[in-house]
Amino acid sequence: MDNSYSAVMSRKSEILKQATGIEYDQFEISPIAFDYEGLMASCEYSLEDVQKILRETGVGQTPMVELKNITQLVRSISPQGKGGRIFIKDEAANPSGSFKDRRAALSVYHAKKLGYKGVVAASSGNYGAAVASQATKRGLKSIIMQEVYDSKRNGQPEILEKTRACEAYGAEVWQLTVGPELFYIMLCALEDTQFFSASLYIPTSILGIETLGYELADQVMQQEGRYPDMVVVTHAGGGNVTGTARGLQKAGSHDSIVVGVSVDLRGLHMASDSDFNRKSFTTGHTGFGIPFLTWPDRTDVPRNCARGLRFMDRYVLVTQGEVFHTTEMLAKLEGMERGPAGNTSLAGAICLARELDRDQILVVQETEYTAAGKLPSSQLTFAEENGIEVRRGDPKDDAPGKVIVIPETIEQFRLKTYDVQEIRRSYIKNTVEITKSHEPSQEDIKFLAEDSNASPDFVRETVASLKNEAAA
Amino acid sequence: MSDAKKGDLVQIHKIILEPDQRPENLPPSTKSVAYECWIKGFLLDENAKLGNEVKIETFIGREMWGTLYRVNPTYDHNFGEPQKEILSIGSEVKHQLEKQQQ
Repeated sequence: MDNSYSAVMSRKSEILKQATGIEYDQFEISPIAFDYEGLMASCEYSLEDVQKILRETGVGQTPMVELKNITQLVRSISPQGKGGRIFIKDEAANPSGSFKDRRAALSVYHAKKLGYKGVVAASSGNYGAAVASQATKRGLKSIIMQEVYDSKRNGQPEILEKTRACEAYGAEVWQLTVGPELFYIMLCALEDTQFFSASLYIPTSILGIETLGYELADQVMQQEGRYPDMVVVTHAGGGNVTGTARGLQKAGSHDSIVVGVSVDLRGLHMASDSDFNRKSFTTGHTGFGIPFLTWPDRTDVPRNCARGLRFMDRYVLVTQGEVFHTTEMLAKLEGMERGPAGNTSLAGAICLARELDRDQILVVQETEYTAAGKLPSSQLTFAEENGIEVRRGDPKDDAPGKVIVIPETIEQFRLKTYDVQEIRRSYIKNTVEITKSHEPSQEDIKFLAEDSNASPDFVRETVASLKNEAAA
Repeated sequence: MSDAKKGDLVQIHKIILEPDQRPENLPPSTKSVAYECWIKGFLLDENAKLGNEVKIETFIGREMWGTLYRVNPTYDHNFGEPQKEILSIGSEVKHQLEKQQQ
């Protein structure tokens, strides 16, 4: 068989159909619209089924912890009567140390049910370890593809730790250099092994995370007699926001404001060999966050079930330095030493809680395990070795790839609000450009409105203004 | 003298795509270098030296070919050096909290 780049890529539809067991074509409505809820329902697991499956391998039911000291600190810098109560969902208590076990657990269960002998996942982060761990629990084999090194074989400590974790759980790990050909090599492996593609973007991956939203709403209701007012979610590919928000809705927590948070790495090119090691965060950053909001179907499957824009009420950015500071605070004030990447949403919460009244409840919906390579000290050492300046100061001077500024006080934490209306416009623009020979129908307008959480009028106006711009 | 013998844990190296086989739409710093890969497993050849073409059995029992890169590969990522920029954060926030509590 021809295994050249172009030959394998031209076979991707057949390979993915075999590797996911999903006939994506049957959900297509037009070049723009597809039946999202139909696709989500296609593997027929109720929330109760998913909870039961997760419990079989020890996933979920993680503690909900009130961060009383951090809340008090935030109140000391908040206006009178402000400073909501901050709770954190300690997802590090999952078997492989992160919420990713929830999405891996259901996908691996599903793969086994369909008769696959193993699973393949492309992930440099916690998801790879989660898939490896769950595969072992279910008696399947796993192959994890990781983007690890630049061309000088210099590797991010955080990703090197993930290689170790995946191998500890018995996975075959492919450590690759920088490049989007990760998708190509994954297709090669899927074709070669006939394993299941445990993509982050298939229905089971999102259904697994719904248990997180459901569980946290339920816990807050049990403990405090109300649903959370705000749920803060680290945002990268969109699965975390999508699953959490859907779970909140299923629990009946309809009024919780869902805020996505990413580390601001704007200006760094994610596919660039020279930029690769100039960042201290390998996920939860704008390099994934913004592209996946403005064009979710850029993934390893034909239609992405992680559609953050459908479910996100607000989108805010934090700096790398703010997250490192927050990680130190969580350890020193709350006695919880957790990985920095998982604390992205907590860094956002420090500012967001200042907006809430004191009796309101904000939930930070994850933590992740920590280890060598996954600490502020290892990340900052690596940053300095790669020519990044690290200093204390005002986070407004932070410059991705050049300077990491650790705030001097938490008063200096400053949320950067990303205009969601602007993201909606970009999403509609991308969709219209990619399907440019297709005139959007009424059904397409309805789909775009749902998919961007906007009104049909906004979509119509945006499409019209894009046409005018093109004509001008 | 061989560097590795049958059954040793080793790491192989493979060039997946040479620069001219990589897609066109890559940033120049990525397009100008090869796409490479490293995989660990147990050596199936009787003996081998670094740089030899060898066969391994991976952790899930698959056979794979590549260039012998390392014998007994260690994990060498670590906790990093103490960072003066974060060392004092703990005492700063504790002090601020104590002031608030008074």
